[in-house]
Amino acid sequence: MPTVGVKRDLLFKALGRSYTDEEFDELCFQFGLELDEITSEKELISKEQNDSKAAGASDVILYKIDVPANRYDLLCLEGLVRGLQVFKNKLEAPRYVRVSPVSGQPQKLIITKETAAVRPYAVAAVLRDITFTQERYDSFIELQEKLHQNICRKRSIVAIGTHDLDTTSGPFTYTAKPPSEICFQPLNQTKEFTATELMSLYRTDSHLKHYLHIIEDKPVYPVIYDSNGIVLSMPPIINGDHTKISLKTKNVFIECTATDLTKAKVVLDTLVTMFSQYCSQPFTVEEAEVVYPDGKTCLYPELPYRKEKLSGEFVNRKIGINESTETVAQLLTRMCLLSKLTGVGDQIEVEIPPTRSDIIHACDIVEDAAIAYGFNNITRTTPRSYTVATQFPLNKLTELLRQDVAAAGFTEVLTFALCSKEDVGDKLGKKISETGAAHISNPKTAEFQVARTTLLPGLLKTIAANKKMPLPLKLFEISDVVLKDKSKDVGARNSRRFCAVYYNKSPGFEVIHGLMDRTMQLLGVKPLRGEGYHIQAAEDSIFFPGRCAEIFVDGKSVGRLGVLHPNVVTRFELTMPCSALEMDIEPFLGQSAEALLTLDIPMQGVFKNKYLTQEGVRPDQRAPLTSTKTVFGDLSSPAGLAALDSYLSDKSYVEGFMATQADTAMFDALPSAPCPTLCHLSRWYNHIRSFQTERTHLPTVKKELVLPLTDEDHDDDDIDLFGSDDEAENEEAERIKKQRLAEYEAKKSKKPALVAKSSILLDVKPWDDETDMAELEERVRSVSMEGLLWGRSKLVPVGYGIRKLQIGCVVEDDKVGTDLLEEAITAFDQYVQSVDVAAFNKI
Amino acid sequence: MADTGVVEALLLGLEKAEDGVDSLELSSSLGVEHQVVVGAVKSLQSVGEVISAEQRSSKHWQLTEEGVEISELGSHEARVFECIPVEGLLQSELMKLPFGKIGFTKAMSNKWIRVDKTSEGGPLIFRSVQTIVDQVREKLLNVLNGKDAELEEKEKSELKKRRLLSEVTVKSYWITKGSSFSTTITKQETELTPEMIVSGNWKDNKFKPYNFEAMGVPLDCGHLHPLMKVRTQFRQIFLEMGFTEMPTNNFIESSFWNFDSLFQPQQHPARDQHDTFFLSDPALTLDFPQDYLQRVKKVHTEGGFGSQGYKYEWKVEEAQKNILRTHTTAVSARMLYKLAQQKFTPVKYFSIDRVFRNETLDATHLAEFHQIEGVVADYDLTLGDLMGVLHQFFTKLGLEKWVEVGNSGVFRPEMLLPMGLPEDVSVIAWGLSLERPTMIKYGINNIRELVGHKVNLQMVYDGPICRLDT
Repeated sequence: MPTVGVKRDLLFKALGRSYTDEEFDELCFQFGLELDEITSEKELISKEQNDSKAAGASDVILYKIDVPANRYDLLCLEGLVRGLQVFKNKLEAPRYVRVSPVSGQPQKLIITKETAAVRPYAVAAVLRDITFTQERYDSFIELQEKLHQNICRKRSIVAIGTHDLDTTSGPFTYTAKPPSEICFQPLNQTKEFTATELMSLYRTDSHLKHYLHIIEDKPVYPVIYDSNGIVLSMPPIINGDHTKISLKTKNVFIECTATDLTKAKVVLDTLVTMFSQYCSQPFTVEEAEVVYPDGKTCLYPELPYRKEKLSGEFVNRKIGINESTETVAQLLTRMCLLSKLTGVGDQIEVEIPPTRSDIIHACDIVEDAAIAYGFNNITRTTPRSYTVATQFPLNKLTELLRQDVAAAGFTEVLTFALCSKEDVGDKLGKKISETGAAHISNPKTAEFQVARTTLLPGLLKTIAANKKMPLPLKLFEISDVVLKDKSKDVGARNSRRFCAVYYNKSPGFEVIHGLMDRTMQLLGVKPLRGEGYHIQAAEDSIFFPGRCAEIFVDGKSVGRLGVLHPNVVTRFELTMPCSALEMDIEPFLGQSAEALLTLDIPMQGVFKNKYLTQEGVRPDQRAPLTSTKTVFGDLSSPAGLAALDSYLSDKSYVEGFMATQADTAMFDALPSAPCPTLCHLSRWYNHIRSFQTERTHLPTVKKELVLPLTDEDHDDDDIDLFGSDDEAENEEAERIKKQRLAEYEAKKSKKPALVAKSSILLDVKPWDDETDMAELEERVRSVSMEGLLWGRSKLVPVGYGIRKLQIGCVVEDDKVGTDLLEEAITAFDQYVQSVDVAAFNKI
Repeated sequence: MADTGVVEALLLGLEKAEDGVDSLELSSSLGVEHQVVVGAVKSLQSVGEVISAEQRSSKHWQLTEEGVEISELGSHEARVFECIPVEGLLQSELMKLPFGKIGFTKAMSNKWIRVDKTSEGGPLIFRSVQTIVDQVREKLLNVLNGKDAELEEKEKSELKKRRLLSEVTVKSYWITKGSSFSTTITKQETELTPEMIVSGNWKDNKFKPYNFEAMGVPLDCGHLHPLMKVRTQFRQIFLEMGFTEMPTNNFIESSFWNFDSLFQPQQHPARDQHDTFFLSDPALTLDFPQDYLQRVKKVHTEGGFGSQGYKYEWKVEEAQKNILRTHTTAVSARMLYKLAQQKFTPVKYFSIDRVFRNETLDATHLAEFHQIEGVVADYDLTLGDLMGVLHQFFTKLGLEKWVEVGNSGVFRPEMLLPMGLPEDVSVIAWGLSLERPTMIKYGINNIRELVGHKVNLQMVYDGPICRLDT
C-alpha cells in the first residue's frame, strides 16, 4: 500500500475547511483510506538520521495517508482533494476532455523500429498554459515519483519524462541507439556525457543507480530527440537538461515510454487528469500524435470513459444491504463513478472515468458502493449453509500423535523447512544429489538453499543452540519434509515425518527404541514380523556402524533408528552421544469413510457457468406454490400436517442440508402457522420463516429432488417447476408452468397421504416360572389402540425354567408410541415383570 | 539422625540447668565431638518448640601442628640446647638436625649457646648457660590446657607469628528450654508409610511439618511447542465453526496456482525474485488443466467473464515457474477449481500451514511462517456475511482489534469464473499469520525466540497451555 504525504494546511485549504486530527482520520476511514501518521519533515529526518540533521528542516505538519495500491488517482494532493470533495458532495467530478491544439497540428512523437529491442511503447500529451506554484510544482514531481515506484514498477514498465515544450520543437523521435552514440547534457549536469559514461556516472547515484539495470545489458538504449537533435530524455534513466521544466514553464510536453502499453496509457491519463486542473482551461488536455513504426498513428491521452450497466438489486445483494436504486446510484456518484438510472427496471448505468483504471469489473463498482455506504453500517450476517467439518486425516493423526509423544516425555520443537545443502548432505555423510532435495534458485543466504529432506538436522541444531539445558534432552518434531517426485504436477511432494532424538552422556538407544515401540503401540501396530512391525540391522552414514536398524511395518520400510555416527554428532557441533529415530507417518493413515480433499487436480475440466456453457442458468424469482396439497397430503388437514411433521423429525430441511426453494414452496403450502404440538414442523416453520426476506435468493433444487413422486408413470422432465427464466420466454414459460402445476397438483390430490409405520418386537418377561404364559399373552393381546396391530409371538427360554414372551406388532408412528405400549402391558403387574423393545424398524 | 543418647543427655542437662547450656561445654562434658551435639540441637529444633537454640560464636586459641610438636618435645631452641654436649658440637652437625637451623638462631638470640669459630674442623658450639627454662613450651602447654588467659596478648601474637598458635572462631549454641520443653520426646515421622496405614500407627504418630515455602520437585516431562499449541486452538476454532481442513502438504507450488489462478498479474511485485523463492530443481510445472489455463490466460490478457482484464501479454513460461508457495491460497485455488468440477455444494474450508517469503529477516519476519486461512464458498454471499464470519472468528479468538492482524475479502470473479464456478457463487476468505497473534498473546518481541532451532528450550518447557479466549 503506497503512502502519500501531504501538507496538512495545504490540504485543509484545498478542502475549504479544517479538521481535527480525529475528524480527518474518520473522514479517511469513511473514504476507504487510512491516516497512517501525523508528522513533519523535521520529525522524519530526526527519526531517520538524527536531531542535529533535522535542525533546519521544516516543521510543517504532514499527513501520511495509506492509499489502496491500485488507486493511482489518490497519489497526490490534487487527486485526494478531488476525491474527498466529490465524496462529500462538495464538488461534481470534473469531466476530462482531450482537445486539439489551436494550431490544429498536434505534437508528434515518432517511434522508430529500433525501440522494439528495448522499450517498444510510447504515449504523449501536452498540458497547455499551465500555472505552476512551488507547491503545485513539487506535487507534480512527487506524483511522477509515486507513479514510478508503483504502477511503473520502479520505471521498469513505464518511465515518465516531462519537458518544457517552449524550449524544444517537434516532431519528436523516439528511437534506440548504441550507448556510445548517445551524447547529451543530462538533467542538472554542466557538460555532455555519452550514455556509456552516464551509466558509470550514475553507478554511485543513490537514486538513479536502481534503474540502470533496466537497460544496462541491452545493445541499444532508448532515447528521445526533438527536431533539432536535442535529447529530451534517455528513458528510463534521465531527462536532458535542455528541456527541463521549472516554475515558469507554461506548456508541458509529457512522454511515457513503456514495455506495457496499457500501463503507459494509465500513467499518462493519471498525470494529465490530476494536473490539467491548473491549465487555463481546467481539465482539458492537448492531444499528441504518436506514430508507430508501421505507420499507424494514435492520439493520446485516451481519457477513456467506459459505461457499465448493473442492477441496484445486484449491488444490494453483493453487499447484503437493501437500499433503493436511487440511493445506490448516489453512493456510486460520490465515489467519482457518475451513475444514472436507465429506467429499465432497477438498472443503473455507471460511468467509469479515466482516473479509475482500477475498476475492471462490476465487483469493483460494488466495492465502491460498499465503501460509500460505510462498512460499519453493513449488518453482519452469517452464511446459512449447513456444512460438516472434516479434519485433514494426516493433520488429525499428527495432532493425536504429538500429544502422546509429548506424554511419553519428549519435547516438541519447531524447526525450519528450509536449510543449507550441507545440513541434509555433507553433515549427514550424504551426497546432496542423492537426497532428492528440491533446490532454491535465489536464496539470500545459505540457510535457504534447499527444502529439508529429513527432520534430523533441525533437531540437532536445536540441541546445539541449547547446550546449557540439563541433560538428557529428549526432543521430537512431526512435520513435513519435501522430496522430488515426478508423479506430482509440480515435481515434488511433502512427506510427513516423525523424528525424535535422545541426547545424553550415554547414547540411550533403548530410550529411542522404547519410543519407537510406544509409537507403534499408539498406532495400533503389533510387534510382529510380517503383519506388524519389526526392526533389523541396517547401514546408514547417519548412524554408528552396527548401531542402526531399519523399521519395517507389514514388511515395508518406514524409517530408521540408531545411535548417531560420531562424525554427525561433531558436524552439528555436539559433544555427547545421541540416538535418533525418523519415520514416515503417512503409511499409518488408514482408510477414511468420508470423502476427502486432495491436492491432485483433474486435468480435464468439467465446468458450468454462463460464461462457459449455455446450460447453467441463474435461479431467480420462483412462483411459490399456493396449493396446500403436497406429497405429504393436504396440509390443511391434520393428517397432512402430521405426515410432514413426522417427515421433518429427522431433517432440517425438506431437501438436502440447506434451505432451498423446496422449503419456501412447502412453507407457502402451509395455510397457517402449525400447532406447537407438532414440534418438528413448528421448528422447521420458524426456521424457514426467518428466510423470508431473502427467500428468492435461496438456491434452487434439482428438479428431480423437488417433491419426489413415486408414480411409475411420472416423468421428471415433465414437471419443470424451475425452468429457464430467459426473459423472452418468460410469458410462455409462466403459462406452461401454471398448467403443469395444476396437473401436478391434481395428480397429488389423488394420492393417499403417506403413513409412517414401524414394526416392533417386544420382550415381555414374567415374574417367575410359575406365571401362566398363555394367560400373559392373552392379556398382552388384549391391549388395543388405534393404529396397533399384534403379530406373531413365541416363548423364549431365559433360564431356570423361566420363559419370556416375544411378540411382534405393527404401529402407526404418530398414533402409537413404544412408551404407550409398554405402559399398557406393564399394567398387568400380576403377570408382567418388565417389557423391553427387542427390535424397532421403520417400515 | 542425631545420636539419641546425646539428645537425651542434652535434655537432661538442660532440665538441670537454671538458664541454659552451651553446646561446646556440653560436648566437652559429654566427651563427644561438638558436631554431634550440634546434630542433636538441629534434630530437636525440627520437632517443634522443645528447645530454643541461639547461635553464638567465640574465639579461642589453638596450637598448630608445629605447636603441638613443641608442646610435646620442647621448643627447637631448647632441643638444640639439650643436644649440645659439654665438649661442644660442630655447627655443621647441628644443622643436620631437623630443628637445628631455627633452634640455633633462637638459642643464639636467647644467649643459651655460643660459637667458637676458631676451632679446627669448623665452628664449634658450646652451651653458654647451665640451665634454661623453655618458656615457649610452657606457654603452649598453658594454651593447650585452656589456660591461654595467662598469656599476654603480645606473647600470643609472638607465638602466632612463629606459626605455633592460631586463633579459631568456634560456633556454638546457647540452648534454653523451649515452650514445650520435655525430657521425653516422641520421635516425629517424616512420611506416611504403608506400614503405618496397615497398622493404624498413623493415628498416634506425630509428623514433621512440611515446608510449604519450598518449590516442588521439577517433573521429568515432555512438552508441546507453544506455536503448535496455538495452532491446535486455531484448528479447534475452525472445526467448531464447521470448516473443513484443506490438504496443504505441498510446500512447492507452481506460479500458476500460487499467482495466475488468483488473477494476480505477472508483473506483480510479489512475484519478484526479492520476495519469492523460486526453484531450480524441480524448476517447472508443465502439467495444467489446459482449457482452464487458456481461460486464465484470456482473463489476464483480454478480460472476459465481465472483466476488462489486465491487458498485458500473459506468458505461460512465467506460470510454469515453480516456487515455494507464498500463501496457502494456492491450495484454496486448487480446492475451488476442484469444487467447480463437481456439482457445486457450499463449502467452508480452512488451513494452517507453512508459507515462504524471500524476505530480509528481522525481529518480526522470517523466511517461513504459518498462514491461517478461512474460505467460504456459497451462493450469493454478501460483504455482511464476510463481516459476520470474521466477527465470529475473532470473537472466538478473543481479539477485539482484529483488523490489525489479518486480511480479508471477496475473491474476484476473474478468479472464480474461469474455474467454472456458477456465477452466483461468491467466495469470501480471510487470512492471518499464526506467529503474529501468538507473539501478541505471549508477549514475545522477537520471532526467532518462538520459531526455529534457536529457540530457548526453557521457553518451551515453561509455556502455559493455550487459551485464546481468555
